[in-house]
Parts: sequence; structure tokens; C-alpha cells
Amino acid sequence: MLDDKYHADRAVGTMQDKKITARNVQVFYGDTHAIKDVNVDIADKTVTAFIGPSGCGKSTFLRCLNRMNDTIDICRVEGDILIDDEDIYDPRVDPVQLRAKVGMVFQKPNPFPKSIYDNVAYGPKIHGLAKTKADLDEIVESSLRKAALWNEAKDRLHQPGTGMSGGQQQRLCIARAIATAPEILLMDEPCSALDPIATAQVEELIDELRQSFSVVIVTHSMQQAARVSQKTAFFHLGNLVEFDDTDKIFTNPQDPRTESYISGRIG
Amino acid sequence: MPAIWIIAVILVIAIAGYFLARGRALASADADPRKMHSLPSYYGTNAAMAAAGPALLILLAWLIAQPLLINNSLTQYLPADIIGDAGETSLAMADVNRIAGGLDLAVAEGAMTAEAAKNLTVETTDVRAELAAVGVALGSDVDAATLALAQRYRGATALGDILKAVVVIGLSLVGAGVAYAMTNKDFRARRYVESAVKLILIAAASVAILTTVGIVLSLVFNTIEFFRLFPATDFFFGTRWEPSFSGRGGNSDLGFLPLIWGTLFISLIALIVAVPIGLFAAIYLSEYASPRVRSIAKPLIEVLAGVPTIVYGLFALLTVGPLLLSAFGANGSFHLGWMSGGTAAMTAGLVMGFMLIPFVSSLSDDIINSVPQAMRDGSLGLGATQSETVRQVILPAALPGIVGAILLAASRAIGETMIVVMGAGAAASLSMNPFDAMTTVTAKIVSQLTGDGEFNSPETLVAFALGMTLFVITLALNILALYIVRKYREQYE
Amino acid sequence: MTDNTADMAAPASKGKSLLAQDARTRKRNAAETRFKAYGIAALAFSILFLAMLLFAIVRNGVPAFTQTFVNIEVELPADVLDKNGNRDIDDIKKVSTFGYNPLIQDALVAVTADLETDVADGDLKKMLSSSAGATVRNAVIANPDLIGQTVEFEVLASSRVDGYMKGRVVREDLARDRNLDAAHLDLVDALSETGGVTRKFNWAFILGADASESRPEQAGIGVAMLGSVFMMLVVLLLSLPIGVAASIYLEEFAPQNWITDLIEVNISNLAAVPSIVFGILGLAVFIQFAHLPQSAPLVGGLTLTLMTLPTIVISTRASLKAVPPSIRSAALGVGASEMQTVFHHVLPLAMPGILTGTIIGLAQALGETAPLLLIGMVGYIASNYPDGIASGFLDPNSAMPAQIFEWAKRADPAYYERAWGGIIILLLFLMTMNIIAIILRRRFERRW
Repeated sequence: MLDDKYHADRAVGTMQDKKITARNVQVFYGDTHAIKDVNVDIADKTVTAFIGPSGCGKSTFLRCLNRMNDTIDICRVEGDILIDDEDIYDPRVDPVQLRAKVGMVFQKPNPFPKSIYDNVAYGPKIHGLAKTKADLDEIVESSLRKAALWNEAKDRLHQPGTGMSGGQQQRLCIARAIATAPEILLMDEPCSALDPIATAQVEELIDELRQSFSVVIVTHSMQQAARVSQKTAFFHLGNLVEFDDTDKIFTNPQDPRTESYISGRIG
Repeated sequence: MPAIWIIAVILVIAIAGYFLARGRALASADADPRKMHSLPSYYGTNAAMAAAGPALLILLAWLIAQPLLINNSLTQYLPADIIGDAGETSLAMADVNRIAGGLDLAVAEGAMTAEAAKNLTVETTDVRAELAAVGVALGSDVDAATLALAQRYRGATALGDILKAVVVIGLSLVGAGVAYAMTNKDFRARRYVESAVKLILIAAASVAILTTVGIVLSLVFNTIEFFRLFPATDFFFGTRWEPSFSGRGGNSDLGFLPLIWGTLFISLIALIVAVPIGLFAAIYLSEYASPRVRSIAKPLIEVLAGVPTIVYGLFALLTVGPLLLSAFGANGSFHLGWMSGGTAAMTAGLVMGFMLIPFVSSLSDDIINSVPQAMRDGSLGLGATQSETVRQVILPAALPGIVGAILLAASRAIGETMIVVMGAGAAASLSMNPFDAMTTVTAKIVSQLTGDGEFNSPETLVAFALGMTLFVITLALNILALYIVRKYREQYE
Repeated sequence: MTDNTADMAAPASKGKSLLAQDARTRKRNAAETRFKAYGIAALAFSILFLAMLLFAIVRNGVPAFTQTFVNIEVELPADVLDKNGNRDIDDIKKVSTFGYNPLIQDALVAVTADLETDVADGDLKKMLSSSAGATVRNAVIANPDLIGQTVEFEVLASSRVDGYMKGRVVREDLARDRNLDAAHLDLVDALSETGGVTRKFNWAFILGADASESRPEQAGIGVAMLGSVFMMLVVLLLSLPIGVAASIYLEEFAPQNWITDLIEVNISNLAAVPSIVFGILGLAVFIQFAHLPQSAPLVGGLTLTLMTLPTIVISTRASLKAVPPSIRSAALGVGASEMQTVFHHVLPLAMPGILTGTIIGLAQALGETAPLLLIGMVGYIASNYPDGIASGFLDPNSAMPAQIFEWAKRADPAYYERAWGGIIILLLFLMTMNIIAIILRRRFERRW
């Protein structure tokens, strides 16, 4: 079921529930072949990290998982991506519903120019998750709690979200993403714009989130991948070079390219 | 000596100065440009500028000041009963200037010797006929006092002209001489030339300030004059606009309210048309349209912005007006009888609305595009549809900018002239019916100021008061809009 | 760290298939479609309006480019036109156009001799422009040898006949018209079959002068076009150097202080001041204060210069700003002064952009009407070409948009056709200027 070059015993996703399955995924930007033949299985209730040098395609692949690439006109995706065994590129799938199920947090904190409350309430409102104002209040509170932001935000719920610090903004964006009750959370270098303290807080949060979501995180920092993830995939020049348990990738990589990257010779 | 000759002499001096100074500089450096502080041409240019610059400036000032000064000094010799009245004074002085100019022309054309012109008297010569022969038509026969003043004027002008030539050419020579004397290989000619060029650049930049000052002064002085002749309260709170041109003063109703009502009414119709269409077109173009559609549709809409307003005016008058009349007129297809003529607030408002579409859409397009992509990603990533993203994230984020754009469009609508002159009708009314003829501030500025060269009746001067209010309103809207847009842009920079 | 991990509520959508749209999604997608439709409608509406505008212009304006002529053979008897028989040009000039009218009437009678008509001989001339007499007289004065011969002339038909040939005037309209009867039209029909009445391309409209209110068939836009050209010369000669100098100062030399701020605020505000206010400025400063001649293209040009300057400054500054700082550093690095850097390096690189902006500014000025109304370029009948360069700038004239406005105001609907035709010519000018600007931009624009 995996590419030949992976031994069956190192195949991942067999131990836990498979959440996402990608088969022979190709992505083209115009004439550029950005993702080449990627196969991967991502497990539920795990943190999976995508690492690799800049431009290796890790973010592009991540954006395929909730069809954010649809918004780019010249981008074309081939192959199958299945979530819960349903092909998300099936013409019957509405990306709107898909994205409610697969939430996303971006590289730079991007709170809407609205109040903290409205930021978090935005998703539930558009998806109709709350019947009453009280429901909505509850969703906002629980999301902020899950994002470990409640204590800092509860007294300023109606102040603009853009007025918070960078780390708080990013946690607000995480709260906003989990408020729509997704099953998968995609994170595109969520800490690259944050200082070390804020990074630590967000990393801690990611570890907590693992209990309820399947988290896929793209990161630039190998240390971060080592800290937060259970599985790691190494991308290089659009290829998925190696995918295994995080410990294994960092201690005993199979592919020489992975080893070069880990040891800092490419990147 | 006419000014053109003085200018020619100055130019000759400047050119001579250029070559002399350049030669002197080279000579002082043994013809080796490397020993000189600046390139040889800078020494020449420096001398040329010194010769021409101050002299030309003085000449210009002199040309403007001399007639004013002479006129002022001659005014005291006018008959006592005229001096009190500003209008009569200016009329009398205009006569004097005209006769003086006519006599100059007669001498220049050889119809009269210079001597004869100087010794002219009303008893011996029919001055009016003499001048008519050289093409200067006078309104009435010339009386002795006016002729005497005209002769004084000619005398003073002749003296002034001689003085002018001497002073200006002298100044030019002095400038060239000083520059020549200062020239040697160590003289920092480039510095001087560059400072002079910089002064020219500054002067050009201050034309903008001068224009504003000119606008304000020309409006303020004439407006004050108007309010001396016509009570300000009657102007600002009058509800009737019925100027009379038959009798001078007193009989006209010059109420501002019907005009501003028409202006605002028509602008409102225009905005009701332009804002939704322009905004939706901008949203579609920036959020939905494929690059291909965008590359075709955007220039097409912008063509509307390049069409001169006279074209819209004609379209309103000859196409839209009759079309509306055939729909809403008494004999129209709906038999509504709402409209009695093709020119109406609706006609002008509709056409103006279409004129403003590209204005609203291109401004909104810019503003919507300046909302960061991260906002769109954030919303789409949460599973919002594109329209939800636009309505709930992008538009609120872009709102200040869009408000600014609408204010700019409103200012355009209020200041628009040709469409209302041609499409809105001429009757000032406080009607609520958009199908009635209405008139606007701009249309009345045009009708009060065309065809009359004299600025001494309230009927004419009222145009300046109208212009003043128009200027103040549009300026306030523009400043407010620019402020809002700037604040908005800072938010994302 | 999480306050409430136990409360990880089972998401509402869990287990729901992605392949089936729920009711809410369908509703939301319908709203999406509606929203998109509004956008398309708005776009379609704007483009439809543009199409309507162009259609109206072309449909109403194209007829102005043809004109109806009547061919008549006029006998030019010597005993009427040159009583002394010595072909002295001064004697010939003494015969006024009224003297020619009977000759033309005879010619018309001759032309219509074979046709059955109720029109009295004296009324036949209603078919012709009242300029017919002058046309024949001018030909005779130009060539006195014609006297004594029978010469074929092509004279302008009256505007009613012209309108009938173009379908603008229909027979029903004539019931209320004292200028022409249905019987005339029968004659016109008959004559056009035999070639006595023809429609030809109307050079006189493009090159000719304006005519009085009663002779729309004779009016042309040529003189006003020349007025516009002189005005644009003034605008170009003043606004380009002043605008470029001002932009260079503001962009390259101006210190950050309140004076610079004041200038910048002034420029951005002037760009948004209504054009009619510039008309008031022109009237007050150039005519009331400086006593420059009314209706002169010079004054129009000066006024439009002030109006165009902010546009040119804004676009020039953008072009200067687009020249990368590295060019300046390079020039300064080899020891050029700031002034040399700007004039030798920055300005030449910015030139295509500056010219593009200037042409667009000129196009805007060319179509501007409102300020011209105030400085008296309307109401003046531009019936003579200026005698030379100086009189081109200083003698009263009209301008294309002002001429169009003037025609639109006149009572005779035949003038409306001229107004639309004038607009076609004006738009052709604007289109040419804009195409030149686009070509300049495409050809010389650099991407840094």
C-alpha cells in the first residue's frame, strides 16, 4: 500500500485510525511541478509534522488537504486525497463543508479586524453551529479555553483582536479554527512569526489539541517538529522523501537526504 | 521699447555672457578643464543665468505693476461724482485705458503722427471716429476730461516704458558683469547654477500654492463684493431663485436653498445608481472574475471614466431625457404623467450615476485589493463561502476606504457641471419629485457668468458666492475623504 | 494548560459525509450564487450602458459626416452680374448675394421643369440652403470669366431636405413646419432618382467654420478644432515643464517640512477641485484682473493648464518614484551632483512615464467644457480661421467641446446631429491620444 521504497513494517497509520490518505498526489503551479507523487497516511489524534527546506512543497501539500489551493487559479491537483475514506476532490464535495471539517491556522496570525468575540464566533455563525446567543457564548468560551486564551481574553472579549500580542493573536486564530468543531487542524508554520515564549505556549497547546484532533503542522524548525510531533514527514524538492515516527526520523533516518537535512548540510 | 525687444536684448546679453564667462574660466585654467572646479559650461551658464534671471523677473513684475500703479494714481483725477462708486470708477478707467490704447494703435498704424496724438483735443478732432478707423470701437463720444486722462496715461506709460527698458537692461548687464568678474578656475560655478535651478524647481512647485491662493482670492473678493450688494441672510436662507437681468439690483431673488437642494437631490440619485453598481462591479472584478474577464471588463469600465462630461451631457439631453419622458411622461408608455419635460433631476442623476461608476469601482477595487490576502485565507480556511468572506470580512475591513471613495464620488457629483447644465433643466425648484426639472449650484454659476463681462451687479457676483460655497463643500468632502482613506491605508502598511 | 480538556465536545459534523451537501450548505451556496449574480449584473449593466452610449453617439453622429447637395445649372448673365461689361472685380463684388438669388431660382425652375409639382416657383429655393447665393457669388468672384456662361453648381440643400434624406425629418413633421412642404419632398424624391440631389461625404463639417443659427447645413467644427489645438499647445508648453519641475523638486529635493506638506496637500486637493471652479479662477485672474482677451485660446489654455497641473504632477511623481534608488546611488557614487543625477539619469528613465501621464492629462483637458463656458468660449460663432499664430492664440475662438455645447443649445434639431458628429471627432482625438499613451507605456515601460 505504500511506495516500494518504504518497508511495510515502517508504514505508518497502521497502528492507529487513518484519518487522511494521500495517493499519488501531484500539484502543478502552471508549468511548475510542485508536488511529485506523494503518498502518505495521516493518523487521527496524532501530531504529524512536515519538515523540509524552503520551497520543498510542504506548505503546498498542506493546503491541498483542505483545498485552499482552489483559490489559486493556476494551481492544479492530481491524485487522490481521502479523508475518512471520502475523496475530497470529488466533484460532489463542497469545499465549504470540507473546510469546516479541516480547519487551518496560518503562518502569520491573521485575526479579522473585529472583536475577539466576533473572531471566534465567525465560524460557528457561518456554519450555523449555534442556535441561540447562549450557545454561541458557550462555543466562544470553550474555544478560547481550549486555545488557552480564556484567562487573557475574558475581560476584553469586545476589543479588537488585532490589538493583542503576536502570540495571543495566533492562539486566537487557533481558537477561531477550533470553534467550527473541525476534526483535523492544519497548521502552516504557526510559530514562525512568534517570539520564543509565545512559541512555547503554542507548542504546549498543540500537544493538548492532539487529544481531540488530528493535527498536521508544517514547520521550519526541526526542534519544533521533534518537540511536538509523533510522526514526521520530510519533503525535498516536491518529493516526500521519508515518513516515519518522529524519533526514528531524528535518530535514525533511512534516506541520506533526510540525514543531510537533519544534520544541517542542506536546508 | 516693447517688452519683446527688451527680452531679446536680455537674451543677447545672456548668450554673450555665456561665452565670455566660459572663455575666461578656461583661460584662467590654461584651457585645461581638469584644473577647474566645474565643467566649463557651468561658468557660462552661471553668467547667462545672472544676466537673464533677475532681469526677466523684474521685467515681469514691472509689466504687471505699471498699469496698476498708473491707473491708481490717475483715479484721483476722475470727476468727483464718479470716484465714490467702485463700478463707475472701473468703467471710467476702462474708457481711459481704451482710448490710450487706441491712440497708441493709431500711431503704430500710421493713422496719426505721434505729435498729432499728443496734441489731440476733442474740439478739433472726432476722437471716436479717428479711433474707429483703426478698429477701436468706443461706446460713446470722448469728453475732454477723459481724453486728458488718457493723455496723462500715455505720458506716464511712455516714461515708465523708458525707465523699464533702462532698469531691466541695466540689471541684466550688471548681472552678467558680476558673474564675469567672479569667474575664474576656482569659482564654484556648478554650485551657483544648481542653486538657481533649484530655485526654479521650487517656483514651479509653488504654482500649486499660487493656484489655491488664486482660487481663494478670486472667490473671496468677489463674494465680499456680492454680500455688500445683497444681504447674506437672503442668499443663504432664500427659497426663491429668480434673478432679473432687466433692472440693476434689488429686484432679484437670489436664494441659495433651491440650488443646493437640486444639487444634493441630483447627487443623491447619482450615488444611488453609482455606489451599488460600482461596488458590486469592483467586488466581482477583484474577487470572482478570471484574469481574462478582468483584463477585458476593467478597461471597458474605465473607458467610461475617460469620456468627457460634455458627451454625458449630450447623452442626457438628447437620449436619456426623451427616453425617460416616453416612459414617465403624460403621453408615456405608462401614462403616469410624472414628467413634463426631458430635462429633469432624474435624467441628470441617472447619467451622472453612470459617469461615477468607474470612479467608485476603481477606487473600491484598489481598496478591496489592499485588504491583505491573509484575511481571505483566514475566512476561507474556516469554511466561509466567498460571498461570506466578502460581506463579513473584506467589506468591514475595507469600509473606511469605501466610505472615503463614496465621499470622493459625492464631491465629484456636487461639482459636476455639464451634465446638469444640459440634463437637469433651468428652473430652480424645491420639488420632491425626481422627475421635475431642477437646477444646481454649478449650472447657475454657468448661467450667471456667461455673456456678461462686467462684474458689478449682484446677479453676476452671486456666481462667485455660489462658487465659494461649492469650493468649500467639495474641499471639505475631499479633505475628509483623503483623511479617511489615508488612515485606512496606514492600517495595512 | 487547557482549561477544560474534558469538554472536547464531539463536533457536530462528525461522521457526516462530505459527499452530500446538507441543507444549510445548499442555502449558503444559493446565497453565494445570488451574490455572484449581483456582481455579474453590475458589470453587465455598466458595459451595457457603455454600449448604449457608443450606439447613441454613432447612430446620431455618423449622419453629420454626409451632406445633401443639389446640382443646378446656373446661368450667369453678364447684364445682371457685370453691368459695365469690363469684368472689373470691384464692380462684380457690388452685386450682393440677393442679386444671385433670382438666378438660382431660375436654375431650380429649370431643374424641376419636367416634374409635376404644386410648389410655386418662388418657394423652390426653400429646398436650398440660404448659403446658395453666397456659394455662387464666391465662385463668380473667384473666377469672373464664368460670367456669361451657364455653370453647374453643387449647392447645399437646406437642413430640412438634408434631414429628409437622412431619415431625420419625416413627412408628418412638416405639417407644423413653415420652412418646407410635403410637395418639396416629392421633388426631392424625384430629383434624387435622377441624380439632381446627392448625398456626399461632408469635408466641410470636419474642416469648416461654424454657421449662424439658421444654417445648420453649413456648420463645421474645423475652426473650433483649431481653437482646441492652440489651447492644447498652451497647456502642453506650460504644464509639462512646470509639472516636471515641480515633481522633481517634491520627489527629489524637497525637505520634510511644513512648506512641502502644504504643497502636497494643495496638489492633492487641487486635483479634486471641480473644474468649474478653475473656470471662475480663469475668469477672475486672467480676464477680470489681467485683462487678457475674452474667448481667447490663450486664456482657455492657461485655465486648463492650472487644472491639468495636479494630474501631471501626480503621474510624474509616480514615474520618478518608480526609478529605483540604486540608479541614484550609482550616479552619486561616481561623483555626480544631486542635480546631475536627477537630470542625467533619473529624468530620462522616467520620461516615458511622464509623457504618458502628460498625454492623459492633455486628453482630459481637451474634453473639458465647464471652465471654457465661463471664459467666454461659448456663444461666440467661430466663423473665421485665425490669421496666424498670434491671432490663433489671442483672437476669440471656440473649442471642440464648447462648440458641441453651443450646437446642443441651438433650437434647430439639425444642430443635434452636428453635436453628435462633433462628439465623434472629439472622441477620435481622445482615442488617438490614449492609444499613443498606451503604446508609449507598453514600448518603454521598464519593470525594475
